[in-house]
Amino acid sequence: MFEILEKESLNPTVTKMVVKAPLIAKKAQPGQFIILRAEENGERIPLTIADYDREAGTITIIFQIVGKTTMRLQDLSVGEPLPTFVGPLGSASEIKGLKKVAVIGGGVGCAIAYPLAKALHEQGTIVHTVTGFRNRDLVILEEAFTKVSDRYELISDDGSTGRKGLVTDVLREWIEQGERYDEVIAIGPLAMMKFVSLLTKRYGIKTIVSMNPIMIDGTGMCGGCRISVGGEVKFACVDGPDFDGHLVDFDEAISRSATYRAFEARKREEYCQLMGKKEA
Amino acid sequence: MANMKLTKTAMSLQDAEIRCHNFEEVALGYKKEEAMEEAMRCLHCAHAPCISGCPVGIQIPSFIEQIAKGNEEEAYRIIALDSALPAVCGRVCPQESQCESKCVRGIKGEAVAIGRLERYAADAHLQKGKQMDGKRQNNGHKIAIVGAGPSGLTCAKDLAMKGYAVTIFEALHEAGGVLVYGIPEFRLPKTIVQHEIEGLKQLGVRIETDMVIGRVISVDELMEEEGYEAVYLASGAGLPRFLHLPGENLKGVYSANEFLTRINLMKAYQQDSETPIQHASKVIVVGGGNVAMDAARCARRLGAEVHIVYRRSMDELPARKEEVEHAQEEGIIFDLLHNPIRVHGDENGWIKAVECVRMELGEPDESGRRRPQEVKDSAFLIEADCMIVAIGTSPNPLLHKTTPHLETNAKGGIITDENGATSKQGVFAGGDAVSGAATVILAMGAGKKAAAAIDAYVQEQAIHSKNM
Repeated sequence: MFEILEKESLNPTVTKMVVKAPLIAKKAQPGQFIILRAEENGERIPLTIADYDREAGTITIIFQIVGKTTMRLQDLSVGEPLPTFVGPLGSASEIKGLKKVAVIGGGVGCAIAYPLAKALHEQGTIVHTVTGFRNRDLVILEEAFTKVSDRYELISDDGSTGRKGLVTDVLREWIEQGERYDEVIAIGPLAMMKFVSLLTKRYGIKTIVSMNPIMIDGTGMCGGCRISVGGEVKFACVDGPDFDGHLVDFDEAISRSATYRAFEARKREEYCQLMGKKEA
Repeated sequence: MANMKLTKTAMSLQDAEIRCHNFEEVALGYKKEEAMEEAMRCLHCAHAPCISGCPVGIQIPSFIEQIAKGNEEEAYRIIALDSALPAVCGRVCPQESQCESKCVRGIKGEAVAIGRLERYAADAHLQKGKQMDGKRQNNGHKIAIVGAGPSGLTCAKDLAMKGYAVTIFEALHEAGGVLVYGIPEFRLPKTIVQHEIEGLKQLGVRIETDMVIGRVISVDELMEEEGYEAVYLASGAGLPRFLHLPGENLKGVYSANEFLTRINLMKAYQQDSETPIQHASKVIVVGGGNVAMDAARCARRLGAEVHIVYRRSMDELPARKEEVEHAQEEGIIFDLLHNPIRVHGDENGWIKAVECVRMELGEPDESGRRRPQEVKDSAFLIEADCMIVAIGTSPNPLLHKTTPHLETNAKGGIITDENGATSKQGVFAGGDAVSGAATVILAMGAGKKAAAAIDAYVQEQAIHSKNM
């Protein structure tokens, strides 16, 4: 089974877990994801592989506690098994040959951006990083990013830590200061990736985004995760999750991601009542 | 003395008014007296044409004879010699175009109800809680099967019976393939599928779920590193086709695969399910096959008014006649000679209407069916808050993308010879992964054939290596 080996709160809403999954650890590449169920009869949810250790046979996931299933996952203890943990799914990120890259991470998306920044740094790419959070309590991986970035800026929506503003403010400045990037990699909320893509399109800088649509099987058999890319229908679980940000129809993706909002809210409330928790 | 009644002994069904509000099985099966009465209609023809109509070659007159004598357990034993999933096939096979189409009694009157009798024997066996005969002597050879659908399960059973150590690798968290994610509970109760799979496990077949071959392990690695001497690819045709119409990505538009997976595998129809499903008020299902009927009948059970939109007429509907009748009894509305051209949405990105054109039938095309043509200026709107696209599926490209030297045809099907051997030595394939979407029993037939071919291949390799 897929035993939980470590569990660590990175901030009040974000948790890191290390799971025993030797076969997945053997194959995992940055940019790929897994699908898990937190309990028998539970739903299947996708989570990006934040790190892997081929020797130890482990996979690290970092998740934000946003609803019933992630709350349930958070309530599992070290030593307990996950009934389903399948992967590595999706196509790996392509980072070979890049000389200078700006990595933009938003919120829990930083957990996915970090292994990419690290891999880029290790292959000798110059890495400039901007990470953005709603406020200081939600900051993750600040030190980790500092180590792998040649230039790093932390910003927050309310100015409670780092600079106040949006990730796009910093990126625009850097570009206007004359930084020339081969590529921008943006990972975070759909709205953030949309505005990063709109900005870089003006400067003609290739931009890769990591899409996070609703998924069920994650193997290409249902099309629940379909998105429009350059006018074509793509399945994020097999064709992605990485896509050219200038070609993605973000408004459609944002709309589709809200399909089950009412159901999700009800499930979250039920679980909070059941467990005697306050709604986050 | 044979029962010379011209019609099949009737099987009771759940009342249509009641069943369209629940997911319980529609067809209730024969009681013992009914089964014996129907079994008496078999004439025990010496040439038994019915057997030639069965893709796995069940000894039909022999098992029916046992039912007529009241020995349903012996009948089951005879069926199980050739079929890995008797309780499944008795329910979902299109018998009217297979075994029953060859039945002599069908020349004048109705064929013997072979499917219902097979189901009766299998259900009687399951009720007794008995399993198949135990494990076979291990012959020391390891075989890997990719996909735990009907084809993979059948191949596994035949190989296990011969003593092979068989491991099935399944991508989803439950084995069964289309039997668990596709065919709804009201046609095929999932407890029956589980029971059949338990039987295979008792034969010594190992099933590893959550294993996406091509991602976690490649076919080459199974053979070179894990020591499997042969691999059977039975990964099915699970890639959904879309219509590629404007508006198809609006909220409320599903592929039939997604809609059915949520309902059947993830049990989204149950009140306390963790997996959501939309409870729409008016649903358009596009397509006319069995999958379209299943999706429509599921949507009806979730409380919707349901329309089947199909571009040809009633005579060309590819779904089984019985399924179409059941759908009609349950209040599904058939909008025939209609073709969707665009999906309209509201300001929140939800579907609100499907624009259709009327069609008329022209000359027959290559498939022999009359080609539908658009009636000029006939576009109109059907309001709907959900649309399900059920126009077919293709083989998933993952395996051939990740397996060098595995040849596929233009439609993505794996190319094999008549025994299921692929272009790659030691690798066999069958079922929908080869043919594209077809039936459960054809997939089982392919699994059976491949098992024989794999046995011959492995034995030949063994002799070859001894002589070296």
